[in-house]
Amino acid sequence: MELERHTYDVVVVGAGGAGLRAAIAAHEAGARTAVVCKSLLGKAHTVMAEGGIAAAMANLYPEDNWQVHFRDTMRGGKMLNHWRMAQLHAQEAPDRVRELEDWGALFDRTPDGLISQRDFGGHRFARLAHVGDRTGLELIRTLQQRTVALGVDVFMECTVTRLLTDAEGITGAFGYWRESGRFVAWQAPSVVLATGGIGKAYKVTSNSWEYTGDGHSLALQAGAGLVNMEFVQFHPTGMVWPPSVRGILVTESVRGDGGVLRNSAGNRFMFDYIPDFFRKETAETEDEADRWYTDKKNNRRPPELLPRDEVARAINSEVKAGRGSPHGGVFLDIASRRPADYIRRRLPSMYHQFKELADVDITAEPMEVGPTCHYVMGGVEVDPDTAAARVPGLFAAGEVAGGMHGSNRLGGNSLSDLLVFGRRAGAAAAEHAEKRAGLVELAEQALADARTAALAPFEREGGENPYAVQSDLQQTMQELVGIIRTAPELERALERIAVLRRRVAALSVEGHRQYNPGWHLALDLPHVLLVSECIARAALAREESRGGHTRDDFPATDPEWGHITLVCTRAADGGVTLSRQPLPQMPPELAEIFAEAP
Amino acid sequence: MSYDATFRVWRGDASGGDLQTYTVPVNEGEVVLDVIHRLQATQAGDLAVRWNCKAGKCGSCSAEVNGRPRLMCLTRMNTFTEDETVTVTPLRTFPVVRDLVTDVSYNYQKAAQIPAFTPRPRDADGNHRMQQVDVERPQEFRKCIECWLCQDTCHVIRDHDENKRAFAGPRFLIRLAELDMHPLDVRDRRDAAQEEFGLGYCNITKCCSEVCPEGIHLTDNGIIPLKERVVDRRYDPITWLGSKIRRRPRD
Repeated sequence: MELERHTYDVVVVGAGGAGLRAAIAAHEAGARTAVVCKSLLGKAHTVMAEGGIAAAMANLYPEDNWQVHFRDTMRGGKMLNHWRMAQLHAQEAPDRVRELEDWGALFDRTPDGLISQRDFGGHRFARLAHVGDRTGLELIRTLQQRTVALGVDVFMECTVTRLLTDAEGITGAFGYWRESGRFVAWQAPSVVLATGGIGKAYKVTSNSWEYTGDGHSLALQAGAGLVNMEFVQFHPTGMVWPPSVRGILVTESVRGDGGVLRNSAGNRFMFDYIPDFFRKETAETEDEADRWYTDKKNNRRPPELLPRDEVARAINSEVKAGRGSPHGGVFLDIASRRPADYIRRRLPSMYHQFKELADVDITAEPMEVGPTCHYVMGGVEVDPDTAAARVPGLFAAGEVAGGMHGSNRLGGNSLSDLLVFGRRAGAAAAEHAEKRAGLVELAEQALADARTAALAPFEREGGENPYAVQSDLQQTMQELVGIIRTAPELERALERIAVLRRRVAALSVEGHRQYNPGWHLALDLPHVLLVSECIARAALAREESRGGHTRDDFPATDPEWGHITLVCTRAADGGVTLSRQPLPQMPPELAEIFAEAP
Repeated sequence: MSYDATFRVWRGDASGGDLQTYTVPVNEGEVVLDVIHRLQATQAGDLAVRWNCKAGKCGSCSAEVNGRPRLMCLTRMNTFTEDETVTVTPLRTFPVVRDLVTDVSYNYQKAAQIPAFTPRPRDADGNHRMQQVDVERPQEFRKCIECWLCQDTCHVIRDHDENKRAFAGPRFLIRLAELDMHPLDVRDRRDAAQEEFGLGYCNITKCCSEVCPEGIHLTDNGIIPLKERVVDRRYDPITWLGSKIRRRPRD
């Protein structure tokens, strides 16, 4: 069999923030490390992150510390977060940001010359280290340059289609080069999944083509569990017009820097949607909200900066009630509130994006925005300290891992999550590899099976075109498993997913193996379908509303469900099994943090 | 609002190819990349094209549209008349892999050769201190999304493969400029800029600045200041004398 073979200690799948940080950690721990990524190096979805990296560095507010960040994170996730992940994240994020400076990152500064920090939804203090509104690009470029300087091997435009295991755990991975279509196998005792999310399951999304849930699906198939899959974050502000850019992200920094949301009547409607859970810490009048930007001690936060799930639901309701903008969104207005040069300096990418894509000058007129699928809180169930999955040798970090963000992620907590758990995953993967050195071997039969499966779409004739099937799946998830859910719709979604599974199994592709996007999509579709099924099943089971999961038929948050997480595993017949698992109990010294007044 | 546009797209691989003509619907507000995707989904499932963010942030969908180096996601269809034929071809400076996808490994090789960032130690409290005004100059170059349009348009390598060995291209000259201006970096890369990365090949025609989708002033703010710094070092008489006078051998 024609097959390129490699041997490593640690193979990292994905080259976004988590993957590169994991690779750096594994390399520094002495492991022979490879990074495998679907796109060119430096193009991963992390570049789309705009606002910043949340870290309680206290550069602007000395009152800030990890306990406050921990508290904000847990409350933002409606207390369903794994407490230990949230704790490690809050404690380690400042060091992870500082070390980026040692690798060349250039953050915006405070007048004292320290890293500047900006306000964001759900964060009590200005906490996001940033570079204008292109922080993700700075993060990816810094980590990319560090990875290259260390000499880590990178397999670019290379897709992993299977994880290989034996009775003892991971033995390696199998994939193909996108450019040539040739197959490649890596023998390695440790694999770190850092594949990002699942946004391409939805029609309106801020995510790129890469976000097909590969890591979620590979982990599930290898025997790992997926936790919290019902929680999908719809970012409140995506572009809505023109149609071809619908879903592209409009950074939360617009609101952090003074922008407000208005309906067609010109009202700041967020004041009508302040939930009791956040009432004590949210401004009641526009005057108080506006004073908060300059005086945080004596005023409370504007409701536009409530956590994302709250704002997304509010926008959804306004549009449904007929108070939306001409193209089915609401207005996001910074033009009337801040001077044009301030907007261009603080939000250069947004200025550029609206100018180029929508022909809108955001310093002169409001933007039209609406919810867009942005992030999946659910992911591979991992040990908080090592990022290890249930399968020995399998690790997961970043968006593909679950638990850290509970039912809803705060803005800015993703980039810090990538760094904190990327590093932990890489270090733990290197340690595991050392223990298993010389003990893993790839089974020839498994390699032959993986090859056959990958070539199957070429063997079938007269089957459907993968683009049509993808479009129907996205339509199903958008309509039936979106922001607001009901049991009958979720049941209908599961029926349609069953039909789509048969259609995916019968796909055929034209052309040959060299850089063939139709074939690539045909191989990604089973992943996105499996992940969609997990989301729909978990969403049907959780009979309450919480964070990124809203049930019209169970609108209340149920305290009983506050102690339960749902875990998806692979059933013997290839389907998905759902089980309930108690949420780990927080130790008393951490629980005390929540007893204090906000 | 919709109309049928005529697209000519280069199809082929390293062994050759040609422009193929397609008639494809275009809707209001679309960009060239939308139309390429529609071709893929309806008429040419195996049409090879790179893309990621579709918002001008990742620099993947670079191609030549009517002969001009462009990001397809930022090229709006309303910049063409409805009866205008839109021709999309791969970047000319790099070898074709397939259709609109080129082999850009040259760029990654050059990136790996740049002497790495080398910071001064942190302050005693564990922080680095820098002033905003000092970080803003190198920050301009860190806006680079590595779309390689500047590399594609640069005439030093566009039709001169033989120069690729000695010339790193505008993207990496501004990377050197960025490191040179970085407040924390302590390494001197001026000799390397001249001798290993071919700074002298650039005769500042500013074509790179013209095609940059991020509006980076590569030539004015990066390459020219770097040339001046190199000249300072090499033609300053005292520096020159210093480099000629060596300590006498011990014996």
